[in-house]
Amino acid sequence: MGQGMRRIFSGLTAATALVLGACGGGGTAARPDTTYQETLIQQLIDAKPGDVISVPAGVYAIDRGLSLDVDGVTIRGAGMDKTILTFKGQTAGAEGLLVNASNFTIEDLALEDAKGDALKVNEAENVIIRRVRAEWTGGPKTSNGAYGLYPVQVKNLLIEDSVAIGASDAGIYVGQSQNVVVRRNRAEFNVAGIEIENTQNADVYDNLATNNTGGILVFNMPNLKVAGFGTRIFRNRAVGNNTANFGRKGTAVASVPAGTGVIINSNDKVEIFDNEIGGNNTANVIVSSFFSAGYKAGEGTSATFDPFPESIFIHDNRFSPGGGKPDGVELQALRVALFGLSGALPDVLWDGYVDRAKFVDGKPDPALAVCVDNGAAQVLNADMPNKAKAPKVVELRCALPRLPAADVDFAGPIPAESKIPAPGKS
Amino acid sequence: MIRLAVALLALALAACSPRALEPRFIAEGLPEDLADWGMLGVRDGRLVLAGGAQPYELNTPLFTDYAGKLRTVWMPEGQGATWSDSGPFDFPVGTVITKTFFYVRGADGPVAPGDSLGLAETGEGLDLEKVRLIETRLLVRRADGWVALPYVWSDDQRTATLKRTGQPVPLTLARGGRRDRFTYQVPNVNQCVGCHGTNHATKALQPIGLQARHLDRDVTVAGAGFNQLARLEAIGYLRGLPEQRPAPAADWLDEALPVDARARAWLDINCAHCHSPTGPADTSGLYLTREAGGPQLGLCKPPIAAGQGTGGFRYGIHPGRPEESILVYRTASLDPGAMMPELGRALAQDEAVALLRRWVAAMPGGCG
Repeated sequence: MGQGMRRIFSGLTAATALVLGACGGGGTAARPDTTYQETLIQQLIDAKPGDVISVPAGVYAIDRGLSLDVDGVTIRGAGMDKTILTFKGQTAGAEGLLVNASNFTIEDLALEDAKGDALKVNEAENVIIRRVRAEWTGGPKTSNGAYGLYPVQVKNLLIEDSVAIGASDAGIYVGQSQNVVVRRNRAEFNVAGIEIENTQNADVYDNLATNNTGGILVFNMPNLKVAGFGTRIFRNRAVGNNTANFGRKGTAVASVPAGTGVIINSNDKVEIFDNEIGGNNTANVIVSSFFSAGYKAGEGTSATFDPFPESIFIHDNRFSPGGGKPDGVELQALRVALFGLSGALPDVLWDGYVDRAKFVDGKPDPALAVCVDNGAAQVLNADMPNKAKAPKVVELRCALPRLPAADVDFAGPIPAESKIPAPGKS
Repeated sequence: MIRLAVALLALALAACSPRALEPRFIAEGLPEDLADWGMLGVRDGRLVLAGGAQPYELNTPLFTDYAGKLRTVWMPEGQGATWSDSGPFDFPVGTVITKTFFYVRGADGPVAPGDSLGLAETGEGLDLEKVRLIETRLLVRRADGWVALPYVWSDDQRTATLKRTGQPVPLTLARGGRRDRFTYQVPNVNQCVGCHGTNHATKALQPIGLQARHLDRDVTVAGAGFNQLARLEAIGYLRGLPEQRPAPAADWLDEALPVDARARAWLDINCAHCHSPTGPADTSGLYLTREAGGPQLGLCKPPIAAGQGTGGFRYGIHPGRPEESILVYRTASLDPGAMMPELGRALAQDEAVALLRRWVAAMPGGCG
């Protein structure tokens, strides 16, 4: 998405952003073992369905992309801070580990400093990513790889108890998938902490998203075979996501304003509830359309693409103050004009786009509404369709049907007790 | 006594002499030695082809770091492939395809591009004084599908040994007054699916080049000219060759052809095995097949999951502005996190990048 959203929703970034060095677990102080990669590649090639590839504790240098093509394989380390594959010297391969296989489990290891994506699982069924750390150890940098944990076109997916740090796009990125559970993960110092894109039926809960540019994103992008809908974001902590946007220009996330807790873009049927969202300097929640990203209808997008966020239900979250220092001169000016020098933007920022083609008897269809029924939380309509001429606080109090839980049988039921990971030591 | 000596000498010679070049299909297992297949071998300082191992070339080939490629196809006695207008022909069990990657030897160490040598120069084999062999990849059609086996040539160029984990080969390439040090990467077998798993739902390996439009080409071998499809039919390797054939792919180097046809042919063979509606890169929504158009071809299309690969640009192809087009940026990039194709090259094909620039520059309109 590009300049558009940044122009309005952004501009100058807070240079004060937390450019704290790396964070989290795995210092690679030990000299990496360079001989193990040959063994590991051989194991990945010779793997048979049902095999467990055990990677012992240690730090292993990998200089080319690894890949697995066999269904039914488990890759298991000795712990995300004990078994570390470091790709610092990688000279070939667009991923650290590329998996083209179903019934795949990876657990208890770390993938550090991949040149491209750390872990990509492309087109598979029944995938579990558990206690895996994907990290760029030099802190947030534009030159870091794009995605930490990157399952795409996966049917039935569980990502749990994992850690993603430093991705120049999304730490945890679920693309074009169906039936997804993302829980108890920690995403820090990424451009996007957790991103759910063109995905159907996802539950995102008990995660910590902090110190990212944007904490949790639910996006739909054009020109893909499937549109996303049906994501529930609940029981998460999306706090203090104020790291300056370090995404590569031209990527979707490069337009996300620093200081965004949760952002919905062009996606439908999204329910955001029971989260702790606060301290995000632009807005705790943003609801926006593809248009706010600077693209025009019809140009470069397939005719079937629906850029409007519809049936969005925000309720019962615990908001703490945010919006006090929005990213960009225009939003700053807006803040001062509407709320005074020491004021803050409301908890929810909405760009105001609605699809007039779907009006019923000249009125918006209530089933497609953006509903914010969240106590005293206010909504700012930025009036983007009219070039932000008349932004104002609006009342969007309404309710929508609750969404069903994501159906991933191997994830088991949602635990009654919420256990959200603590931030890493920075 | 003399008789004994002669006998011993004969034995010694037999021990040293290479196995007969008799092509065979090996239905199971992982033969360690390329010679086991009998498709090609080294004789008197030359890499020679077995009878029945039919050499062929493509109208436009995949780029692999300026390596030359000598390709052969062989089928068991009485077997032939079935014609298809699009997609690879349907090959019988027992088919063995080989592709030998080589460079031209330089005077003092560096190698020179091998890809300027076509079938006219290579179809009768390769003079090992003049070329350096790197690897020979086999695609073998077994009962349950295609299997990929990469063999790496020894430094003395006598034997090629199975290397399923791949191998980095450091090289210096001299061309046009410049020298590039790079690491040629023999892929590991799991990476074969990256290109040959053209249907990413089944992930089954498929040949890529052995399709009508790539093969429909007049070539000369040993002074005799022929059309490759007609030759394959004549030797029994192809059945059902129709009167009316689909248009051949352009030769991307043929400057008599329109730039559009040349660029599209290059994208077809270099990119479309992944960037198709069934390929692994369908995740990007970018299709570089010969049929694609509009946003699917990248026109004014925002990138999906491109990461570093955007190069800071907003559109796959910005008509009229190659310098702001992600497609051009990625084909020129040497960064593993950004470069396209992702596999099979450490260098950029400068001539192709120049062609793509011309192609995009000539496009009318613009974006936004």
